[in-house]
Amino acid sequence: MFKKKSKELVSQTGENAIANKETEGLSQGQIVRRRFVRHRAAMISLVSLIFMVLFVFTASGIHLGNETNPISFPGWWNWSITDIDPNLTVSPEGIVGAPTLDILPSFIDGTGMAIGAHPFGQDDIGLDYFALVMRGAQQSIVVMLIIGLIAAFIGTVVGAVTGYFRGWVDAVLMRFTDFIITIPAIIIGSVIGFQFGNLGVIFLATYLGLFSWTGLSRLVRGEFLSLREREFVDAARVAGANNARIVFKHILPNAVGVIIVSVTLLMSGAIITESALSYLGFGVVPPDVSLGLLISKYQDSFTTRPWLFWYPGMFIIAIALCINFIGDGLRDAFDPRQKRRITKKDRAEAKLAKARA
Amino acid sequence: MSEPILKVSNYNIDFWVDGVWYPAAIDMNFEVKPGQVLAIVGESGSGKSTTAMGLMSLLASNARTSGSVQVKGVEMVGASATTLRQYRGKEVAYIFQEPMTALNPVYTIGFQIVETLRTHFDMGPKEAKARAVELITMVEIPNPEASFDKYPHQLSGGQRQRAMIAQALACDPGLLVADEPTTALDVTVQAEILDLMRNLRDRLNSAVLLITHDMGVVADLADDILVMKDGLTLEYGTADQIFNRPNHPYTQALLASVPKLGTVAARTLEPSEGKSAAPVLKLENVEIEYPKRGRIPAFKAVQGFNLEIYPGEIVGLVGESGSGKTTIGRAAIGLLPISGGKLEVVGQDISHASQKDLRSIRRQTGIVFQDPASSLNPRLPIGESIGEPLFLANIAKGDELNRRVEDLLDSVELPRSYRNRYPHELSGGQRQRVGIARALALTPDLLIADEPTSALDVSVQARFLELLQGLQEQLKFACLFISHDLAVVDILSHRIAVMQNGRLVEVGNRDDILKRPQEEYTKRLISAVPVPDPELQRIRREARLAAK
Repeated sequence: MFKKKSKELVSQTGENAIANKETEGLSQGQIVRRRFVRHRAAMISLVSLIFMVLFVFTASGIHLGNETNPISFPGWWNWSITDIDPNLTVSPEGIVGAPTLDILPSFIDGTGMAIGAHPFGQDDIGLDYFALVMRGAQQSIVVMLIIGLIAAFIGTVVGAVTGYFRGWVDAVLMRFTDFIITIPAIIIGSVIGFQFGNLGVIFLATYLGLFSWTGLSRLVRGEFLSLREREFVDAARVAGANNARIVFKHILPNAVGVIIVSVTLLMSGAIITESALSYLGFGVVPPDVSLGLLISKYQDSFTTRPWLFWYPGMFIIAIALCINFIGDGLRDAFDPRQKRRITKKDRAEAKLAKARA
Repeated sequence: MSEPILKVSNYNIDFWVDGVWYPAAIDMNFEVKPGQVLAIVGESGSGKSTTAMGLMSLLASNARTSGSVQVKGVEMVGASATTLRQYRGKEVAYIFQEPMTALNPVYTIGFQIVETLRTHFDMGPKEAKARAVELITMVEIPNPEASFDKYPHQLSGGQRQRAMIAQALACDPGLLVADEPTTALDVTVQAEILDLMRNLRDRLNSAVLLITHDMGVVADLADDILVMKDGLTLEYGTADQIFNRPNHPYTQALLASVPKLGTVAARTLEPSEGKSAAPVLKLENVEIEYPKRGRIPAFKAVQGFNLEIYPGEIVGLVGESGSGKTTIGRAAIGLLPISGGKLEVVGQDISHASQKDLRSIRRQTGIVFQDPASSLNPRLPIGESIGEPLFLANIAKGDELNRRVEDLLDSVELPRSYRNRYPHELSGGQRQRVGIARALALTPDLLIADEPTSALDVSVQARFLELLQGLQEQLKFACLFISHDLAVVDILSHRIAVMQNGRLVEVGNRDDILKRPQEEYTKRLISAVPVPDPELQRIRREARLAAK
């Protein structure tokens, strides 16, 4: 009967259609998605990040495997990270290896826009810096995503299980967490690096992820301990929900804020940890590069050849900012209390409605 | 006639929110003379507490005030911080609603009283302590000397409120502002605190500004009454005027919606749904124990409890806080295990049931929780909350589920467009309706209502009770209605059970319990309920004091 009614409504006037749209049932997932899509900063960041990932991965191509049997898909950039250009570029000021990229049009500095042979310049021995930065950004993005995903997954599951079930599960898992916390990741990393040598960035990221979930699991456990005592959990149980549904459908969305903030910080920090471990010879080792490695290698040349510092730094900041804004958007989308800011248009509409009344 | 202690004229309070000034109190005019009690009544959000806080400029920084507030002839609006500090505590003292949060938990109550004394007077520590003990004696806390060194958590709720009053009285203030002083307390304790306040007013001749939503408390204490709604003064007059000849329609409606003990005609069960059927809920010698945790020993919350509820019957369960009412309610629905006796729900023995066994009774039971703000998942749109029992019981999915949710929203008189709203976008009364809709989604045989109206305003409560009653008559479910408010239970129940300290005191038909109580405790409970009629309340009070 209601169906018939709603069909009639649709065919009626626009106002009724709006009313009908309001009563259309939306699941939590649908509402969260809508709210996320409306979050402007998050959407801009998401698009930028996707663009950046595509740009970076297509520029230097994808190189997997080791030196003996490499699997390579070449990119569109004509220099690779091992090609040395014997002709060093020299800027008009006489600086050797300076970037040839000129984004200022001719009416400002008179030279016009240009990309040149080495847009990001060259390093000490004449390697193309653009190729190095692209490859480095590629490695750093892979590290960040893998660490973020692994740590978020393990941390959330361990925290949720211990916080929700308490008892012996809690005791065992939390002592295990304590145990992991006491082992410095750097030491294990250097031991493995020494024993097995360079195993590639994916191995490094997985390993780091396995050691960086502990803080998150503590936070999630704390949230769960307080949320499980709330009456809506009892209400869900009375409605017939089983433990898995209570944990994932009812409690987890309430803890999403903590998880996202923690994971975004973790992912931003991952770049630093990765460069520290790479420095110890585990993970990314020369001639391969990562953004962290580039920065730590050229931190002394900041005063003389600052572009060696700027370009990798710019990419780190851009990636970290995108991740943070996306996290922000996700958190706001999950939190119903976050309201979209009232715009001038809304205010004008409200005024109009008032005047009409 | 003596000079008024507090004189408020053309007083306005506005709050700056999102670039607009929102008025919270508009053009207030009133005065309080020594020995007089002025009650400001109104529902939540009417601006009564804001007005009280505004008197001594205790508002948040986004507030602005205008007009005039004079305390003993000195202007307080726009006064300097130093002047305000001199008057706060000394001339105008405050008693807050929740004594546990208003007292600092890390200091003894003695320390806190001494602190007030030594801030305002040039007093040595010994002198101050002597005075503090005197004050503690005055507010009738047992063992004043020993209580001086007690921390707030070591005192009961009533004693804490007494300690707050002692602290407020430390400097013999001319005006005592009591913001919902008894809302967090049980009726018998409330009666004692009200007696204490009346005694103090008579003895110290101080003025009292009483902020409350409880018309019974107002009838008990107030000389003058000011009715507020949405920041506006609707009516201002003597207690006699307001109670017996209210002018404003809102005041009339407010008084009409206050439940009064013993004014509702008896509800009788139709013979068809009488006691011939098997009971829906049967508790036999039930014992519930909270197991020991660490050094805290096990606690028996309920012992030897017997109760039966038959189909179509509403049984009211009353008792003071800590008597085990909620424990019974939660056990009856399988949220708490029982440690002894026998518990049968809809014909099934769940005394030692596993989680799996309990799942089958979930379809036939429902519960409405006390606090609607906490019992609805804040991250779930209410449509999904309501539909969850149906979805989980595999009764409806997709379009069918949508239709059922719409029907349920209709039945609790909420607009269908509310289904995509989150709980925080609804008012307290609307949230509690959602709670009912969810509890009734599976058309249960047994509904447990755990203090569903304690968080609601009286007018909202009246509408909520009407709705519940209507639904019960239509759906004929059995209901265990748990409440501390005898008047509410009186409106709804067929039978009433009285509980004290985990034991059943008395159970019987509504009229037998309310009009001919057999047990001493029941009598005490009934006599402590303040009735919203000053004259009647005076007679009841005198009778109660005489009986002591």
